[in-house]
Amino acid sequence: MVIEAPIKVSVDKLNAYFRTTHAIKDVSLSVPANSVLAVIGPSGCGKSTFVRCLNRMHELIPGARADGQVLLDGQDVYSRQVDPVLLRRRVGMVFQRPNPFPTMTIYENVAAGLKLNRMGGNHAEVVEKSLRQSALWDEVKDRLHDSALSLSGGQQQRLCIARALAVEPELLLMDEPASALDPIATARIEELIHELQQQYTIVIVTHNMQQAARVSDWTAFFYMGELVECALTAQIFTNPRERRTEDYVTGKFG
Amino acid sequence: MRQYSLRRVTNAVVMGLCILALAVAVVPLVSVLWLVISQGVSGLSWSFFTALPSPVGEIGGGVGNAILGTFYIVGLACLIGLPFGIGAGVFLAERGDGPFGQAVRFIAEVLSGVPSIVIGVVAYGLVVVPMKRFSALAGAVALAILMMPTLARTTEDLVRLVPTTLREASLALGVAQWKTSLRVVLKTALGGILTGVLLAVSRAAGETAPLLFTSLNNQYWNFRPDQPTASLTVQIFNYAISPYEDWHQKAWAAALVLLMMVGLLNLASRLLARSRLQA
Repeated sequence: MVIEAPIKVSVDKLNAYFRTTHAIKDVSLSVPANSVLAVIGPSGCGKSTFVRCLNRMHELIPGARADGQVLLDGQDVYSRQVDPVLLRRRVGMVFQRPNPFPTMTIYENVAAGLKLNRMGGNHAEVVEKSLRQSALWDEVKDRLHDSALSLSGGQQQRLCIARALAVEPELLLMDEPASALDPIATARIEELIHELQQQYTIVIVTHNMQQAARVSDWTAFFYMGELVECALTAQIFTNPRERRTEDYVTGKFG
Repeated sequence: MRQYSLRRVTNAVVMGLCILALAVAVVPLVSVLWLVISQGVSGLSWSFFTALPSPVGEIGGGVGNAILGTFYIVGLACLIGLPFGIGAGVFLAERGDGPFGQAVRFIAEVLSGVPSIVIGVVAYGLVVVPMKRFSALAGAVALAILMMPTLARTTEDLVRLVPTTLREASLALGVAQWKTSLRVVLKTALGGILTGVLLAVSRAAGETAPLLFTSLNNQYWNFRPDQPTASLTVQIFNYAISPYEDWHQKAWAAALVLLMMVGLLNLASRLLARSRLQA
């Protein structure tokens, strides 16, 4: 395990609220570059809210706010100088259910970020590269101009990953990316995470503890809005410090 | 056993009453179609669609300028009404949960209940009086005001149907909020909105009252927005209230033309809606 890798994301005393509900309580953790952090915990424990704080999507929900510090490469994403729209170009996100743009073709979906943000460069090249990275290129290269909805669920999800990669983010957030997929499609996404790790830092929310164990280097266990424990994945699953973590990963509750 | 036969009789009676109600409801529709078609079809000819109206007693003549005028006024009304109507709808769906949105929604509701002749009076005051003349523009403003509330509500409903996940997908790519609303959300809802637009247009094309004292009428071709312009509905009105038999005939024929136009627009919106459902 490379522990000396530079820290990509460092979260310090992060709190998040929905109106009066305190959803994330004083969470502090850090993620080394080119590693995968899995966020686990029972439903409603704040996993999704936590990752949505990292690209400032949380605050888009009416009545939601967050405070604390989230350093991305040492820069506080909650500082006044940071434009959340520009931040989101650096922090890609993949959602629970595949959500390709239904009015666009496969090609247009991948190029959407470049086009809508008026980013330059050779779009065709970026589209191919992103589709190769998301291991979808061979399946769609002959029908790039078909509707994105003609793809299967698993393919759509890889398309959404390609779409996120096309704007070249530094950090990739995945909010239960495989929960709506069958086991084969899930396995492909997990393989993909391994490959993407070479270039990106990844934070993945998952309900599935085996998945967390398979794909991640680090695991953070959330319970009722608190970070119970964050450690190397191997340690969380074999020798956790906290009793609650052990109970959860061994299936005693959750 | 007796209960069962009683129930069967009741069932038959209620079913019979429903069929009767349906028949009564269909009679006016069929009789309107029958009257307009049977009375109007003899007046139709190629020149009826292309020629200018002829004076009383003269053979021939048509309503070409009125057909064109209807397209012209409704087209202008779309230019004015669509951006505002659709824009307001997008606003209501994306940002309309506050008190301002509630107020806009309330006003739209009230406005859609205002009789069209009142809207004609408003357009008269807004456009005809300051310009000191009747004009296609005035008629278009009246029709645009008439279209806007329905457009806004239709757009709002359809934009709200667009799943939040698509908004989030776009925002997570670092696309600005306004661009997300227009380029992703509105684009996704556009097929449905187009159906709503066609229905609004067909309703506007059939309006007479708001045009009576705004675009007035014209016996000649007109392509200028600041001049009185003929429209099918006003032309029908003028022909129908005249004392001349051959003008009455022309009113029927013109009514048939209008009916066909509106029917085609409705049909188009149906087909559009169906093709969207299949896709």
